[in-house]
Amino acid sequence: MRAMVYRGPYKVRVEEKDVPRIEHPNDAIVKVVRAAICGSDLHLYHGMMPDTRIGHTFGHEFIGVVEQVGSSVQNLQVGDRVMVPFNIYCGTCFFCARGLYSNCHNVNPNATAVGGIYGYSHTTGGYDGGQAQYVRVPFADVGPQKIPDWLDDEDALLMTDALSTGYFGAQLADIREGDTVAVLGAGPVGLFAARSAWLMGAGRVVVIDQLDYRLEKAKEFAYAETRNYAEYDDIVVEMKYATDGLGFDRVIEAVGAEADGNLIQHVTAAKLKLQGGSPVALNWAIDGVRKGGTVSVMGAYGPIFSAVKFGDAMNKGLTLRMNQAPVARQWPRLLEHIRNGYLKPSDIVTHRIPLEHIAEGYHMMSSKLDGMIKPVIIPDED
Amino acid sequence: MPYRAEKPPLAETPEQLRARIPGWGADLDPADRPSYPRERTDLPTGAHWDFPERQPEPYPRERSIEHTQLPPVFGTAQPLQGAAGAIRRYAYDRFSEGRAAHWLLLIAADRVESTTEHLKSFATTRPDNPITETGILSEPRRHPIASRRGRVDVRHQVLDPLIVAGPWIAGGLAAVAVLRRVLR
Repeated sequence: MRAMVYRGPYKVRVEEKDVPRIEHPNDAIVKVVRAAICGSDLHLYHGMMPDTRIGHTFGHEFIGVVEQVGSSVQNLQVGDRVMVPFNIYCGTCFFCARGLYSNCHNVNPNATAVGGIYGYSHTTGGYDGGQAQYVRVPFADVGPQKIPDWLDDEDALLMTDALSTGYFGAQLADIREGDTVAVLGAGPVGLFAARSAWLMGAGRVVVIDQLDYRLEKAKEFAYAETRNYAEYDDIVVEMKYATDGLGFDRVIEAVGAEADGNLIQHVTAAKLKLQGGSPVALNWAIDGVRKGGTVSVMGAYGPIFSAVKFGDAMNKGLTLRMNQAPVARQWPRLLEHIRNGYLKPSDIVTHRIPLEHIAEGYHMMSSKLDGMIKPVIIPDED
Repeated sequence: MPYRAEKPPLAETPEQLRARIPGWGADLDPADRPSYPRERTDLPTGAHWDFPERQPEPYPRERSIEHTQLPPVFGTAQPLQGAAGAIRRYAYDRFSEGRAAHWLLLIAADRVESTTEHLKSFATTRPDNPITETGILSEPRRHPIASRRGRVDVRHQVLDPLIVAGPWIAGGLAAVAVLRRVLR
């Protein structure tokens, strides 16, 4: 089969690999129909995630058709069109039994602090991902779900991570009617978080980024006010002034490890890999939220230390909430919202790229070229 | 103003927001939010086991020393091999996830592997090609100047070629230095 493989920082290519095989009775093999590059894939691409091995196939956002099932699979059949959450989880460990699917203890030998994720290094379990023609899907009876006939491929694809994560991020922010909400980052997760904040009754939503084309999308898609932080000497002061000195009730951090806006933080983390991530946006969230407010962290960080301003968080009495999204938990309600016309996830897709050209897709995503927000990867041209 | 008890008024009323934004307030009641409360024990998962059957272990699978046993299911992509594999095995066997040494060794192993694998690729029919593998051939067709105009992150992007080429330049300089010493 053809598959994207990692060749070292900033380098990927497409190679011939063996088609994955059933390794556990509850495995399925899925023929990938559509995959996506996620902003968090850039952390792997840039060499920031420990134990990212040469030859690894990335890709935790994908949908496909069931090609083969293991002997104990009951809920899926060959030929089913399925969406696969980015979490790999067993459904019955201590954490899964409490709905913490992204924290499953039965799928990742390499770390106890992280659950299992497709194509996201050995730190998340060493599973090849979906930027390929075929992928091994463990616990086929637990994670994947048949795609409703009425749901478009690209809408289903975005439910496997970006939409579910943004929606989950807004929930963690604990938004109440009339709350002021700031969203840091106008990438796919930030756009979906901003849109979801309205579903939860926000009274005002402000999206902050430095890319004008993404801020335009935030206005159009997420009905949000915007601020370009590059236009302000100090965006935290603007966050205070914009709320009459109070600070935002809730701030959602949807940037993560490669945040820019502070030279030392960015270079020590994103370039020199001396921190688990550059917590510029997280520190802005801590400083820009009101005292007693809530910060929801959706940005992904590596496992080593980061220079986070915990003193301010403590002195302000903040609630910091975070987790990888338990994706499948979000699906029933999100499907209702899509069916009711409240959300059209695929509105954020900007590029469709054949798998054979994925190196160019990664470069465009990394360098933010051509107005890219969300690239979809097409393994086989129809 | 925060110096007084009242919250600053909003520019729009709930009725105006409901009229302007599709679905405004649909999840106003926390009970409608799928992750509220975050921990719940009444969710169906589709699992039909108390503990999953164990996947065969085809080779001694490395694992965090914080795991008291090998989890029943795991990835088998890219097993440990070579010098990088030895460093990774040591990091997993010796240090918990709480120790910086664990992660720094894994990052060091990544750099060792990318160097050795690049060198090994030159002995194959498909050596690494930094032109095609970095995707920079997309630049001319993707508005390289307009896309970067006015962005604060661009000043850091000049470091990217250094990160890609830097180890090779350093390696080359070291090789030249060694060669000079040998020839002297």
